[in-house]
Amino acid sequence: MTQSRMDTRPDESDVTQPTLGTVGLLRWAWRQLTSMRTALFLLLLLAIGAVPGSIWPQRNIDAGRVADYLSRHRSTGPWLDRLGFFDVYSSPWFAAIYLLLFVSLVGCVVPRSRLHWRAMRAQPPRAPRRLERLPEHGQIEVGGTPEDVLANARDVLRGRTFFGKHGLGRHYRVRSDGLTLSAESGFLRETGNLVFHTALVVVIVAVAIGHLFGWRGDRILVTGKSFSNTISAYDTFDPGPWVDTEGLSPFTVAVDKLDVSFEEHAGGAQRGAPRDFTAYTRTQTSPDAPQIAQTLKVNGPLTFGGASVFLLGNGYAPVVTVRDASGQVLMHEATPFLPQDANYRSVGAVKVSSASPKQLGFFGFFLPSEYVDRDAGPSSFFPDLKNPALALGVYEGELYPQGRPQSVYTLSTEKMTQLRNAKGAPLRLLLKPGQTAKLPGGRGSITLDAVQRWAGLSIRYDPGKVVALGGAVAALAGLIASLMIRRRRVFVRVRPAGRRTVVSIGGLAKGEDPGLGATIDDLLSAIAQRSDTTWSDTKGTGSKV
Amino acid sequence: MTNETLAQYANLSIYSAMVVFTIAMIAFAVDLSGAASRVLVAAPETQKESALVGAGSSVDAPAFPVHSDDPGRPRRRQAAGVAMMLTRLGGLLLIAAAAMRGLSVHRPPLGNMFEFALVGCMFVVVVFVAISLRRDLRWLGLFVVGPVLLTLGLAITVFYTDASELLPSLKSVWLVIHVTVATFSVALFTIAFSVTILHLVKTWLEAQAASDPNAMSRARTIVNTALPPARSLDRTAYGIHAVAFPLWTFTLIAGAIWAEQAWGHYWNWDPKEVWTFVIWVVYAAYLHARATTGWSARSANYLALAGYGAILVNYMVVNVFFVGQHSYSGM
Ligand code: HEM
Repeated sequence: MTQSRMDTRPDESDVTQPTLGTVGLLRWAWRQLTSMRTALFLLLLLAIGAVPGSIWPQRNIDAGRVADYLSRHRSTGPWLDRLGFFDVYSSPWFAAIYLLLFVSLVGCVVPRSRLHWRAMRAQPPRAPRRLERLPEHGQIEVGGTPEDVLANARDVLRGRTFFGKHGLGRHYRVRSDGLTLSAESGFLRETGNLVFHTALVVVIVAVAIGHLFGWRGDRILVTGKSFSNTISAYDTFDPGPWVDTEGLSPFTVAVDKLDVSFEEHAGGAQRGAPRDFTAYTRTQTSPDAPQIAQTLKVNGPLTFGGASVFLLGNGYAPVVTVRDASGQVLMHEATPFLPQDANYRSVGAVKVSSASPKQLGFFGFFLPSEYVDRDAGPSSFFPDLKNPALALGVYEGELYPQGRPQSVYTLSTEKMTQLRNAKGAPLRLLLKPGQTAKLPGGRGSITLDAVQRWAGLSIRYDPGKVVALGGAVAALAGLIASLMIRRRRVFVRVRPAGRRTVVSIGGLAKGEDPGLGATIDDLLSAIAQRSDTTWSDTKGTGSKV
Repeated sequence: MTNETLAQYANLSIYSAMVVFTIAMIAFAVDLSGAASRVLVAAPETQKESALVGAGSSVDAPAFPVHSDDPGRPRRRQAAGVAMMLTRLGGLLLIAAAAMRGLSVHRPPLGNMFEFALVGCMFVVVVFVAISLRRDLRWLGLFVVGPVLLTLGLAITVFYTDASELLPSLKSVWLVIHVTVATFSVALFTIAFSVTILHLVKTWLEAQAASDPNAMSRARTIVNTALPPARSLDRTAYGIHAVAFPLWTFTLIAGAIWAEQAWGHYWNWDPKEVWTFVIWVVYAAYLHARATTGWSARSANYLALAGYGAILVNYMVVNVFFVGQHSYSGM
């Protein structure tokens, strides 16, 4: 069919038998890899390969759930782990799929671009001898000499005139050949397609830039405190391999106040759902820059030269004072507790390393709206402060055995013993704000002075994200052009018929093109109108002479 | 604060729409079951017409008058007329329901699964009615109204969520943009899915009719005559997919922008993101397959069905069962 001549896509039937020798083999392999069939196969593989990451917990999202899964599936877990099912998107096999796909993509786009470049500058091909063999065609007799009519046809095809229902016709590239015109339009379709595929490569490169040069850090900041952007200020810091960790931009953020609100009115699962979080901050871009008051919201990050500060979590930090037997303050501090459920039942530890002779550790729950559940013990019925209480067990001994690092939210009790009450049961303290509990055996006392909130800040720097956005937008634009624009060829031939002229027209499209017939009709009627003839009302693409 | 009364009226409107759609569905079914007799009556006239129209055109000559796109030749199909009217009415009721639901919560009604389902159904009906203004889609009515009815039923019973405000991370213009376009493109994919299924059925029936027309059961003959030619079904399905896919691409990009603002990373392989991506890749594969030599339209269409399967998983399974940052189903 004539249609195949309009294809610039690699011709699969053309894959020749591999000639002997390494070069031949390599060339053959390259052809296979860059064929559309392989691309299709790899696309499907990519879709299937992405699925496990939504079924099994992923380390990059929630390492805790992965550990939990492994402890519950002792036989299958390690195998899944070895196969990378808990790190799907950084596993070698997933990388293999997308890398192959993108090699294939580049290997496909480059030669196609070359072909397309040539096609765009080439003359439209000669007209076939018999236009009525084309999928859409028509014929009409008009007044004027063949030369005049041909000139009119050229004007129409070049878009110099209005015709059809849609006003100005589109622009065709026209070649004339005696009394015949060949015209071609819709190159933007292939251009759009190439832009789309190239832009996908750009997006992948942008993602790679983000991984190599980007970093993220998390910090829990109690209201009233500030932090500056250095590695040591972070609770966790996760730099890409090529990040200069000494050269972070030296901004500071102080959180003065955190406003939160929760659903009070709706019932069911919606009750207690978070409604609004707003942090009131003071920021400085560098230590000697002026302070600026800014609000930080869940969908409204602060930005400092490329790095953005997000408000991703919040919780409570009970302010606790621990005194020794003589009333001397050993510790006075706001200690963040980590929420465990939707009602902010939070766990945490208060560590008093200056207590003597043995160090003291308090471990337990902070409950913003305390009640006692028969099974779960002290619990919270609402996330806001309706009945705040601190429920603690007390330990004494060595807080940091061998100086090993440990989480600030738990107590390592291997070198500690739990204090017991007079009846020999583990001692439990329940403190409301303002209350003080005496510790047995002259160990002093603990007071819950107040409750503050903390803001969970996450700071991200991703130099690739603007590139990724640009690539994505270009891909979308290219895609729309590629799917909406039709590539068409139109041929016009005139021949004298007495003192009048017969115009024949034929059209050819690449792929499905339901609008081709109407276009041919429109073109023919425009040529006729311009040639100052009455356009008889015989419509349709059938022959009219 | 939410306005409970208005939310109640919204529900009432949904129930009314369901009643209307049920009758419409029956009427569409009655209309389809009459297809065979219509062909018999109209047959002689048709042959003449198709001989005229088909001349000089390489596209398949219209085989039956029932699905001619030409609105200028009215045929007495009262049941279908009633069904189309009722479908429009049902569409209006859904628009009213979505509007009242939105007003009752002071935001676009796109905050939980119930609301997605409602607005999705509304878009499906609106798109169907809009296309039917230009093309004869009476044959498709049953296969659009049926799924809509099913979804509404699920929405008002299983997915139902009390009217309430949004989670903080959902308060963003990008929510409105991202979710509106997502819901709209899912509506298009849904219609395309129905047409694709019909294409497969029709291909199968056409093959049967070609090999041994006398062996066809009456039911199959009716379905075979009621549906447009397989080629035209395929073209329609492709056309809808070709509009839905860029919209889904936009959904994906807008979602990434929103994720960047709300969570600080534009892509984190959260289960919902994974499935949005899977859907995108499968439909990309479908478009690719259509342009790949050696892939028939039929095998490509299986990919489109797989894509819709992924949409269903994304909506029904991921929202409810998978743990992720997108846990907004409200259930
Ligand atoms: C990341 C991988 C890829 C994706 C997501 C993708 C996606 C798409 C999409 C959605 C289309 C449809 C546009 C249209 O119909 O005009 C398309 C067309 C096309 N793709 Fe890809 N593609 C990918 C890789 C490749 C590769 C590796 C090749 C080369 C072997 C390739 C060659 C083509 C060609 C030639 C077309 C034009 C089809 C036509 O309209 O005739 N693509 N691609």
